[in-house]
Amino acid sequence: MSRLDWLPDFLARLAAEHLLAHSGDEAVLAPAQRLVLDPEDWGNAAKVAARMGLRHVGMWADPSEGAGIVTRVATGADSTPDPQGIAVYACLEYQGGYVVLETAVPLDQPVLPSQTPHFPGLARLERHCHDLTGVTFQGHPDPRRWTRHQAWEEGEFPLRTDFPTAGRSVRHVGADADYPFPKVQGSGVYEIPVGPVHAGIIEPGHFRFQAMGEDVLRLEERLGYVHKGIEKIAVGRDPAALARLAARVCGDSTVAHTWAACQAMERATGGAVPPRADWLRALMAERERVANHLGDIGAICNDVGFGFAHMQCARLRELWQRRSRALFGHRLMMDAICPGGVAWDLTAEAPALLLADHTALRRAAIPLFDVIDDHPSLNDRLISTGRLSTAQVRALGCTGPVGKASGLPFDVRRDCPYPPYDRLEVVVPQEREGDVAARVRVRMSEIQESLVMMDRLLMTLPAGETTAPLPPAPPGAVGLGLVDGWRGEIMTFVRFGADGRITRFFPRDPSWFTWPALEQLILGNIVPDFPVCNKSVNGSYSGEDL
Amino acid sequence: MFRILQQSLKTGVITEAPPAIDDPELERLGIELRRHVHARLGRSLAIRQVDAGSCNGCELEIHALNNPYYDLERFGLHFVASPRHADALLVTGPVSRHMETALRRTWQATPVPKLVIAAGTCACDGGEFGVSYASRGAVENVIPVDVKIPGCPPAPLELLRGLLAAIAPDAVPVADPSHQQDD
Repeated sequence: MSRLDWLPDFLARLAAEHLLAHSGDEAVLAPAQRLVLDPEDWGNAAKVAARMGLRHVGMWADPSEGAGIVTRVATGADSTPDPQGIAVYACLEYQGGYVVLETAVPLDQPVLPSQTPHFPGLARLERHCHDLTGVTFQGHPDPRRWTRHQAWEEGEFPLRTDFPTAGRSVRHVGADADYPFPKVQGSGVYEIPVGPVHAGIIEPGHFRFQAMGEDVLRLEERLGYVHKGIEKIAVGRDPAALARLAARVCGDSTVAHTWAACQAMERATGGAVPPRADWLRALMAERERVANHLGDIGAICNDVGFGFAHMQCARLRELWQRRSRALFGHRLMMDAICPGGVAWDLTAEAPALLLADHTALRRAAIPLFDVIDDHPSLNDRLISTGRLSTAQVRALGCTGPVGKASGLPFDVRRDCPYPPYDRLEVVVPQEREGDVAARVRVRMSEIQESLVMMDRLLMTLPAGETTAPLPPAPPGAVGLGLVDGWRGEIMTFVRFGADGRITRFFPRDPSWFTWPALEQLILGNIVPDFPVCNKSVNGSYSGEDL
Repeated sequence: MFRILQQSLKTGVITEAPPAIDDPELERLGIELRRHVHARLGRSLAIRQVDAGSCNGCELEIHALNNPYYDLERFGLHFVASPRHADALLVTGPVSRHMETALRRTWQATPVPKLVIAAGTCACDGGEFGVSYASRGAVENVIPVDVKIPGCPPAPLELLRGLLAAIAPDAVPVADPSHQQDD
């Protein structure tokens, strides 16, 4: 059974709405199926997709030179293509099968119908897309700027080819003081502005609470503070340099993001990865998952004053990171994945050490997890706190622990497996309660499942090369990386230019969809429970701000 | 409760006994550090960490300083929630232009005498991100920096060594990025 069995049905529904989908070069974004649409059909196609129950994986635009031409020739709509078009993409998933919708808009009038009315999780991606490329989305419910603060002017679009990487202004950038937050008014209602510099050792962002007594009436996140121009400085890089940049999109997910970027480049160039490298990549990705889940479980317990679990988890995490340093060359395994394979190889003694580690972690973690799962003071604070319904996560498109704890157990490793997961049994934990406690339980189960998978990976580790040279990229080659990180599904798009260098890089972190979930799950909770709710989601600031 | 006690007793050796016993360098750095902090700022150094644009990698390693292996606070070093309580700012990341004013204001809110420690390669020289329309690059492009701790990210021991350098600039060289902690 193909994962795209539903595609004819989708195409028929599009046709029933008189929407014309041209399937140009279908396999170019494999494993996703590419469908080319006319710009005016962009919004209605999303409506059809939403009705059918597809999940939106994200949208992005490509204003780089030549990106728009391909589409316009493929649609046959224009025999003299506009060389200055902007290509716009939207990726959707259903039952493990992916489609990428593609269209193009002219640079002088880049207007598209918004898909946000049909997929609320898309709101920030479209606002980000507007701020960086200038595509205007008609019918968007919230036309305020998102990623742009004061570093560049309204009407300037950093990803356009005519915008200099260094920027146009060197003056000091002022505070973003005039961002229009909606007001909540009434007797006893007050506001709590928090950030961008937070009280803990965490990334910067602004939270605006409107509260009455202890109860949160409304929360609005204002992010974008760590926008570093990643998409712009990716332009012109060679594959090795892009992998280094991808490793720093989000430091806690360095393995997953590097893997997704390398996978996209390998698919774009047709490069093969030796089996041993696939196995080692998966081993590192599972190690990253275990390390971060350990940290999160401890931090959640700490946020409700249960220091015992915090210290126990921190201890286990530190041992884990020291082993990563010894065997993979880096405590976070940064830069351990490179285009075509992995930059390190395990020594002959390493598998035995790692297997012993897994046993030791299991022995230490299981009694600890028993305590965390069934401790009255934790239960009192975590159960029913920060609840998120299945309908909410479905509407936003949340993946990872946030989705899995609310009844949506999607996991790329199982539902659209890439090597070596196509050879492994991936057990995906699922909870239904959707509260902080459920998100803790999902993390505890995932640690145990990852340990099983890592044992299996080590026992079946193939011999041979760990890297294969990446073939030169054909001009205009595009590729899609789809990897399951510990936060959820990461989707990365790359496009190469005529000189074999990158012209477009867009890594879509799962945080794009879980940050809005935090705004919803905090409602009706008390202000002092915000830290634990936030930690249970643990969105990435850097991964979303780019 | 019984299970917690059992677990604590079982792992107690590691949480209670300072890991420095197994790690002479940490012990040496720690004791020296305490002496200098004592001389310059009284019994403790209060640190306000500011992420000015990092990828979160440095934050993970700064967090690790508080784990039972490094247990930073036994040296009189601790992280505080406000720059007004701080003796030192520990700044990570290239300074994104969107964080420029926030960083400057945090620095202004820190009482004199104050130290600024740039932690991580990005904070030292801009790292992978450099200077662009969105990034000012190194921290010293925005506020004066006293000590630089390179590393991507710097390991906890390198951070500790850097903190020592912050207190006694002449006594200890800044950590060499090629030298990482061994097990």
